[in-house]
Amino acid sequence: MRAALQLAQSGYKTAVISKVFPTRSHTVSAQGGITCAIASADPQDDWRWHMYDTVKGSDYIGDQDAIEYMCSVGPEAIFELEHMGLPFSRTEEGRIYQRPFGGQSKNFGEGGQAARTCAAADRTGHALLHTLYQNNIKNETVFFNEWFAVDLVKNQDGAVVGVIAICIETGETVYVKSKATVFATGGAGRIYASTTNAHINTGDGMGMALRAGVPAQDMEMWQFHPTGIYGAGTLVTEGCRGEGGYLVNKDGERFMERYAPNAKDLAGRDVVARSMVLEILEGRGCGPNGDHVKLKLDHLGEEVLESRLPGICELSRTFAHVDPVKEPIPVVPTCHYMMGGIPTNVHGQALTVDAQGNDALIPGLYACGEVACVSVHGANRLGGNSLLDLVVFGRASGLFIEKSLREGIELRDASQTDIEVAGARLEALNAREQGEQVSPLRHELQEIMQNHFGVFRTGEFMREGISKLADLRERVENVALADRSNAFNTSRIECLELQNLFETAEATAVVAEARDESRGAHAREDFTERDDENWLCHSLYHSEGKQVSKRSVNFTPQTVETFQPMARSY
Amino acid sequence: MLQVSLYRYNPETDQAPYMQDFSVDTGDRDLMVLDVLELIKADLDGSVTYRRSCREGVCGSDGLNMNGKNGLACITPLSESVKGGKLVIRPLPGLPVIRDLVVDMSLFYAQYEKVQPYLQNPTPAPAIERLQSPEERAQLDGLYECILCACCSTSCPSFWWNPDRFVGPAGLLQAYRFLADSRDTATEDRLAKLDDPFSVFRCHGIQNCVNVCPKGLNPTKAIGHIRTMLLNRAT
Repeated sequence: MRAALQLAQSGYKTAVISKVFPTRSHTVSAQGGITCAIASADPQDDWRWHMYDTVKGSDYIGDQDAIEYMCSVGPEAIFELEHMGLPFSRTEEGRIYQRPFGGQSKNFGEGGQAARTCAAADRTGHALLHTLYQNNIKNETVFFNEWFAVDLVKNQDGAVVGVIAICIETGETVYVKSKATVFATGGAGRIYASTTNAHINTGDGMGMALRAGVPAQDMEMWQFHPTGIYGAGTLVTEGCRGEGGYLVNKDGERFMERYAPNAKDLAGRDVVARSMVLEILEGRGCGPNGDHVKLKLDHLGEEVLESRLPGICELSRTFAHVDPVKEPIPVVPTCHYMMGGIPTNVHGQALTVDAQGNDALIPGLYACGEVACVSVHGANRLGGNSLLDLVVFGRASGLFIEKSLREGIELRDASQTDIEVAGARLEALNAREQGEQVSPLRHELQEIMQNHFGVFRTGEFMREGISKLADLRERVENVALADRSNAFNTSRIECLELQNLFETAEATAVVAEARDESRGAHAREDFTERDDENWLCHSLYHSEGKQVSKRSVNFTPQTVETFQPMARSY
Repeated sequence: MLQVSLYRYNPETDQAPYMQDFSVDTGDRDLMVLDVLELIKADLDGSVTYRRSCREGVCGSDGLNMNGKNGLACITPLSESVKGGKLVIRPLPGLPVIRDLVVDMSLFYAQYEKVQPYLQNPTPAPAIERLQSPEERAQLDGLYECILCACCSTSCPSFWWNPDRFVGPAGLLQAYRFLADSRDTATEDRLAKLDDPFSVFRCHGIQNCVNVCPKGLNPTKAIGHIRTMLLNRAT
């Protein structure tokens, strides 16, 4: 939506294809905020400190040129959002309110905890998404709402020249021709059984990209958010811990003091999630099954909770049947964010590698937000950086495309055959008479991923998971429609989504097995150490032949010294 | 077993809508209504059609009428909605049905767009944010949180009668959200666009909107503020 806004403002003909009405997208669920050095909470704050934290948080496989761009351009992008009307919470001085989040420091890790996450109470994603939609209305962007993008159309030169899309309401299927196709299709948390993600997060962009031969980068890196509500999976923001909440085990012990003596509950998310799992595995979990821990907030007082975390109070009462003003919330690490995605440069241009291993652009295709891997998050994303990522790089994509259009983009038209190739999957689904139903297949996929590719991973167990996935592939490819109607057929959409989930899951599985080290969110029990000699690099997954290769990480920011890899402790 | 009666209508095959009964095994759990719909779609009838996304009450996709009351299926537990062992689920009232529980929300969105739901301030923006005191910002609480689920407008008799001319509670809540924003300078223009017998004044204070809002917002109060502003403007 940020990219669309940029392009709509430029006067170029812009259309947004969205499978849901735009304010139903998953950004709406982001709670705690958007991290950026706007120097409100701390007048001395510096984007370079934010960059340092992000590089460290990424466990050193975030690209430093991209992180530099995001952190330095960030303040401008935040102020633009404020000028557009985003209702940020405020300080007494009338500036944007910033709260502490995990992994944040002052003065390159030397100055203690920073407060750098700009917030609109605990509804920042909602406020952001609505503000962007509202400004798209203002700028008369064309929306194809409840249209589903099925597959990419490539011309004979391999350039992306649009998508096949289906109107959910009527079943009408068309080829949408474009000079620039931007994926902002979000994540794929639904590959796991337990996730904070919306039902719609089915990796549609990943599926389309992988089927079109675009590689996927760092797909083994999935963030498990420390605080998903036990049983329900719904997210409880890290802002709870930023505001002073902390995790306790069954003995009431604040156990993060043992694992991260300095940052405690505000260590990186990967560190906190693993610590929680260890507490549970070592028998100090809460509840009759000892399978979760608790997030204590009651000591903050009702006033703070109702003013700073009203949405959390609501969610907790609804889904955990717990009033956080009085009792701690039962929580468990829950799949939350896909750090990997389509490799891009800072302009959002999708990349592949040529035969010599050099980066090569994929003409016509762009990606930004969670589906992209630019990569600013590397092996572990810091809280509050995803909203910044999507705003900064959505904007950057729009700016770059605007410039390219002005200079002239010449792509050959797709031939009838090119269009037919792209439409083949949908055609086959519509024609298929026999096959399994979508729901049990999806359930099976989610269980495999949950059990074999969770917080802790081992080679043997992952290989078992990969072989289960290999057996599942044909069955997923042959999924059958429960409903053949053309009128608002959600069954058809769910089948197409399942195939996207599967592509994303298999990429994750294959690369997770290949990366034989522990780094960031990827924790191997059989390779417990970080291996900079072999793996200080991105992984690339190529769907053809299910091959894994390596791609170098960028260590050459333009205006600051390189941050050299160090042991990561909090 | 929970007895569920679902509104069904497929424009391709059905002359008229009908109610279909399902027995759903909830395992005696206090599920959300959305969970029950997911069970029906997965296990009993894959053609049952409804919208859903976040499943935590913030995206506004699954506004439905459950045992006579509008609400979000994903945050409405069975313990609050089932009456006499039965759950009757219908689409939001007053809007054209596309299929089953999916309604055509075009009119609803058109009314939202009509209030120019975006900040207007032509003065050059500063290099940083526009300043706003916590007290000024507090004026937006209870307004900006709207999720456009349409539970309010589709429970409003005035909106049923005049969905094309009465802006309705959701649209008016957003109209006031921008009228109340200290950073917005288009107050006069906004009020002028609302100053007719229908846009605002069709509200008769029935307060169904307040009763059903899943976010606990109060559109009637916001409409009251707009009325006062319009009346002050006239004198």
